[in-house]
Amino acid sequence: MATVDLKNIRKIYPGGFEAVKKVNLAIRDGALCVLVGPSGCGKSTLLRMIAGLESITEGEIAIDGRMVNELGPAERDIAMVFQNYALYPHMSVYDNMAYGLRNRRMPKPEIDKRVREVAATLELDHLLTRRPRELSGGQRQRVAMGRAIVRNPKLFLFDEPLSNLDAKLRGQMRVEIKNLQRSLGVTSVYVTHDQLEAMTLADVLVVMNAGNVEQIGAPLDIYEKPATLFVASFIGAPPMNLLPLRHGEGRAALADGTEIGGSGLSLSGEATTLGIRPENLFLVTNNDEIGGNAIFEIVIRAIEPVGAESFIYGDVGKTRLVVRVAGKTAMEPGAKIHVGAKVADLHVFDDAGIRI
Amino acid sequence: MIDNRPSRRIIAHATLLVGVFIVAFPIYYTFVASTHSLQTILRPPLPLIPGDRFLENYATALFGGIGQIGGVSVGRLLWNSTVVAVLIAVGKILISIISAYAVVFFRFPLRMTFFWLIFITLMLPVEVRILPTYKVMVDFGLIDTYAGLTLPLMASATATLLFRQFFMTIPGELLEAARVDGAGPWRFFWDILLPLSKTNIAALFVIQFIYGWTQYLWPLLVTNRNDMGTIVIALRKMISFADADTQWHLVMVTCILAILPPILVVVFMQRWFVRGLVETEK
Repeated sequence: MATVDLKNIRKIYPGGFEAVKKVNLAIRDGALCVLVGPSGCGKSTLLRMIAGLESITEGEIAIDGRMVNELGPAERDIAMVFQNYALYPHMSVYDNMAYGLRNRRMPKPEIDKRVREVAATLELDHLLTRRPRELSGGQRQRVAMGRAIVRNPKLFLFDEPLSNLDAKLRGQMRVEIKNLQRSLGVTSVYVTHDQLEAMTLADVLVVMNAGNVEQIGAPLDIYEKPATLFVASFIGAPPMNLLPLRHGEGRAALADGTEIGGSGLSLSGEATTLGIRPENLFLVTNNDEIGGNAIFEIVIRAIEPVGAESFIYGDVGKTRLVVRVAGKTAMEPGAKIHVGAKVADLHVFDDAGIRI
Repeated sequence: MIDNRPSRRIIAHATLLVGVFIVAFPIYYTFVASTHSLQTILRPPLPLIPGDRFLENYATALFGGIGQIGGVSVGRLLWNSTVVAVLIAVGKILISIISAYAVVFFRFPLRMTFFWLIFITLMLPVEVRILPTYKVMVDFGLIDTYAGLTLPLMASATATLLFRQFFMTIPGELLEAARVDGAGPWRFFWDILLPLSKTNIAALFVIQFIYGWTQYLWPLLVTNRNDMGTIVIALRKMISFADADTQWHLVMVTCILAILPPILVVVFMQRWFVRGLVETEK
């Protein structure tokens, strides 16, 4: 149990590539912090720097208030779960979990007690004598978790631990990780590129892009108020509709000249992009719904029924728009419909991609 | 592709039997010759069934000492050859696994230079550097010693290369997991790398043991005393050009004895690497 503080962390690889640019981050005790971003955004590098597997070019990392820049991974009192689990293939499940404890010269009975306890919590007790290759993907994942938990470290680090599992198992393990982390209360840093995983797991969500932190906050805050255009497009599925706006004064209109109907919408001159989440759009069937809403006329191009919901893909002017409607829909491609969104649900970004 | 028609199976088995016969008959014939007296061998035709002098011939060769090679017994020669072959095999594996470990898992200045230095020794066969090597051995006073017989044959680029390729297939995450688990470089080597290399080590041991066992040119140069010779060298010395001087029955005994240890090594180690192959990760 510990806090983690990153101060002005930079990582420049020998080739000159700057993977992480001046990252500042404070994680409170017991929190599950998720680093999310597209591949190559520096999230894994950052995690590996916290682990001590990667050197720090600049800045300071402190775990529990103690500077750890110069400490090796073993001395930082952390445990890590790797993407490919990295179980020792020639050791039994028991030995895999006991290995780290043996290296710390813990007495044998104590090791035995801990391994069996953790194995019981993770329902691994009947697998202790097996080798990793005799286990299913989900079981291996559990062993990797067990190896981390048994150490009772100050900090858990997860490097995309679920990306090798199938979708169903991933959902189960996600819930399990969340519950385990809650009940153990160990501060954790979790790296993923899956925004759904990030949203559901995080106490604190850190969205990264190209080595920069774009936004830090509670998942729902980030979802409702994305600070930048990048965050807006990255968080949420299907992604937020982003419509380029016409510059200058006058009635609000899209860059291709299509006017935005409805009333109550006033945009500042700096606004260049309008963002609307698919689920914030609704079908407009009569004129009463115009007040306080922005209205778009769209031509339906395709419909994707998913079961509980359907996605309508349409064009407003020359821009593609996705609308989420509940249940099934009887509409056909080619039809013209009106959709609206509450002005309060609109996201407006300026030239630099910053939220206004 | 399995065809169960009886005619096909008969043809297949007949072909296999012919193959077995061609390979096995000379060895059988050698064995037969090793159980007859010299007189029987020299008076053609040689019988096709073993004679009655099995115990006598083998006892003479193993313990008695053979005149043509200064009265040294084959038992002593077997011992020499075993020591030489085991030292070469173990030495080669030790040196190459450690150097491959250094080249793959550590970052040090001139790392690739060292790797290429090891690699280019592959381009020079033993024969090319045999004179300078001989001079070095003479200067160190290593003529007629086990060290002299084995040291120059130990450094092995082939084995280093093999281990390097194998180590490079080991995922980096495994090393990182071990580091997080508090394993230093030696612990990682002993606890993880070495057990994972078992199959490779077993295969290499077999190859290098046979390589050491069948060495000819180098032992011939570096030994003068008959009691330091290897069995292969002794076998050559036992055959003189005048047929009558050669004790063919003892030569045949020595032949049979000379091929037994390599066969045993293969049979014994085979279990190891077959198990290793079965156990490897999917």
